Amino acid sequence: MSPALSVWISGIGLWAPGAGDWHAFRDIVADGAAPGETARPVADVLPPNERRRAPESVLLAVAVAGQAVRMSGRDAATLPCVFASAHGDQVITDYMCETLATAPRELSPTKFHNSVHNAPAGYWTIATGCHAASSAVSGGEEAFGAGLLEAATLAVADDRDVLLASYDIAGTGPLGSMTTTTGPFAVALVLSPRAEGAAVRLDITPERGNSGSEPMGDAWLDGLSASNPSARAVPLMRALALTRPAALRIAAARGLDLHIDIGVAA
Amino acid sequence: MPHLMTPLAISAYTATSALGLGLQAHAEALAASRGGLTPNDFSTAPLDCWIGRVAGVEDEPLPPEWAEWDCRNNRLAWIALRQDGFAEAVRAARERYGSARIAVLLGTSTASIGATEEGYRRLDHGNMPADLHRPALHTPHSLASFVAAAFELDGPCLTVATACSSSAKVFANAERMIRLGLIDAAIVGGTDSLCDSVLFGFNSLELVAPEPCRPFDAGRNGISIGEAAGFAILERLEAEKDAPLLIGYGEASDAHHMSTPHPEGLGAELALRDALARAGIEPRDVDYINLHGTASQKNDEVEAALVARTFPPTTRASSTKGFTGHTLGAAGVLEAAITLLAMRERQVPANLGTTTPDPLCGPQMAWRPEPAEIRIALSNSFGFGGNNACLAFARAERRA
Repeated sequence: MSPALSVWISGIGLWAPGAGDWHAFRDIVADGAAPGETARPVADVLPPNERRRAPESVLLAVAVAGQAVRMSGRDAATLPCVFASAHGDQVITDYMCETLATAPRELSPTKFHNSVHNAPAGYWTIATGCHAASSAVSGGEEAFGAGLLEAATLAVADDRDVLLASYDIAGTGPLGSMTTTTGPFAVALVLSPRAEGAAVRLDITPERGNSGSEPMGDAWLDGLSASNPSARAVPLMRALALTRPAALRIAAARGLDLHIDIGVAA
Repeated sequence: MPHLMTPLAISAYTATSALGLGLQAHAEALAASRGGLTPNDFSTAPLDCWIGRVAGVEDEPLPPEWAEWDCRNNRLAWIALRQDGFAEAVRAARERYGSARIAVLLGTSTASIGATEEGYRRLDHGNMPADLHRPALHTPHSLASFVAAAFELDGPCLTVATACSSSAKVFANAERMIRLGLIDAAIVGGTDSLCDSVLFGFNSLELVAPEPCRPFDAGRNGISIGEAAGFAILERLEAEKDAPLLIGYGEASDAHHMSTPHPEGLGAELALRDALARAGIEPRDVDYINLHGTASQKNDEVEAALVARTFPPTTRASSTKGFTGHTLGAAGVLEAAITLLAMRERQVPANLGTTTPDPLCGPQMAWRPEPAEIRIALSNSFGFGGNNACLAFARAERRA
């Protein structure tokens, strides 16, 4: 059976505690390097004053998006983008709910406009001068898979390269105990409907059922994967780091997995 | 340039807002130019403004089997889903296509954050109180996961949360998935309910009017916030011969500012051009535009100029936010439903609430209701972060 969607990967970005970019992650996974110190995400696409003021979710999402677009060599200004996150900026949601419970009239207008789920998409499109379609999506705990399905669908349907970024930050306050997100993580991919020099292809087919994730047998990777909904991408990112053909499943919704065959050009 | 879109059938649709439950209540209120805004009696601390509140939401808890999802936002969604035979239409589609071939693609800006706010108001030793110890609620995906569970659907399930364009953009998600054969039908739409986050949030930005909102009035001074739920089923034309059609959509970004539109409406215009191109139509083909028209200074200024410079006077245009308030993430689908009703009822809705038109407005504006044969219509939705969407619809007979 032919896959429902085939896309090529022309750019990758990643930030994890201990791996400040995709290259650091690849060195850990493929070459056995030790995870490093946790560094602040480098969102150098943002102007310096925006970078200082930006909420954590925006820094994280923009940092990985910037890495992926740079690797792809594409022009960010013309790339449609999909920003996926299970929970958005939980620190701001915690602030909002606490302030509303105690002093609602003191709510910060800046925090309010940064609280929208599409804040990273907004800051990204402003910083890159991007007038293409931008979206902000969630799929609960399956947000990464749901975002990947949406971004791959958009790339194939409109025959355009598409930027996908998936991010979640650690939960905090009473809300944090509801979301079980214990650490920040973000990943980004530039997906292309055609090969155009890219070495790695994803053949994606939705399949019924959730198979659950199998442990990767590496304490750091398994810990990462369990810490954050966007880190459900870790098994895929590990396979990309090892650059060899593989097949895996990633949940895209309750009761729906994506079967992904990773093809690598010889 | 985008490709010409193969139209999709809108085989069922419904809306619930301050105008009432279901399409008939909306048709009657629109025909009579009777708005639904009332003085704010919702926020947990006093706030001098008007709101578009759906009566009775508090009195209708979800059925016990879905108690995990019970909150104002999902109650409002469930009320709306039971109007106009919509739930029956979903079940029939499930029967026809199978549960994995129907996507649930819903827009919301704040989902059930009202329940999270409530938890913070009555914390139990610093923790979420036991009755709100329900992770399914405290996430933007609460609405879509509830709707998928309620109809036992296990196809793609996505929340789009791009502020006030959310439930317009889901029509585009659905078209792409149907075109590529990933699904056979989609439930699109969205729900946003009143909560302190948006009432005090927009208040903090000084965007809330103390009186009922007056879109495109020279003296307008801000929005009125409302709540609404709306849903539609999209499927291929062959499935439904007599339905109105989705014929195009456009999406674009301002790349300008987080909470202020582009001064020349660049993103709005790009979204409009994208929608016209996909639909294969020209501005002169458009009989009616349901405008975003929030009654904020900037939005209306930019949108009025865009309409005035793009369309002939025969294209009629109005904002219906004077009827319903700005229902934020639900505005896209609510106003899509109002646009389809305008076609069905052969009447352009009034731009309610305005007494002194802004001189920027062109001759397209329908200040009062007008009888009209509306064959092709657009609906505009623009959101924070410079996120713009435009939907294009056609009356059924265009297919001949």
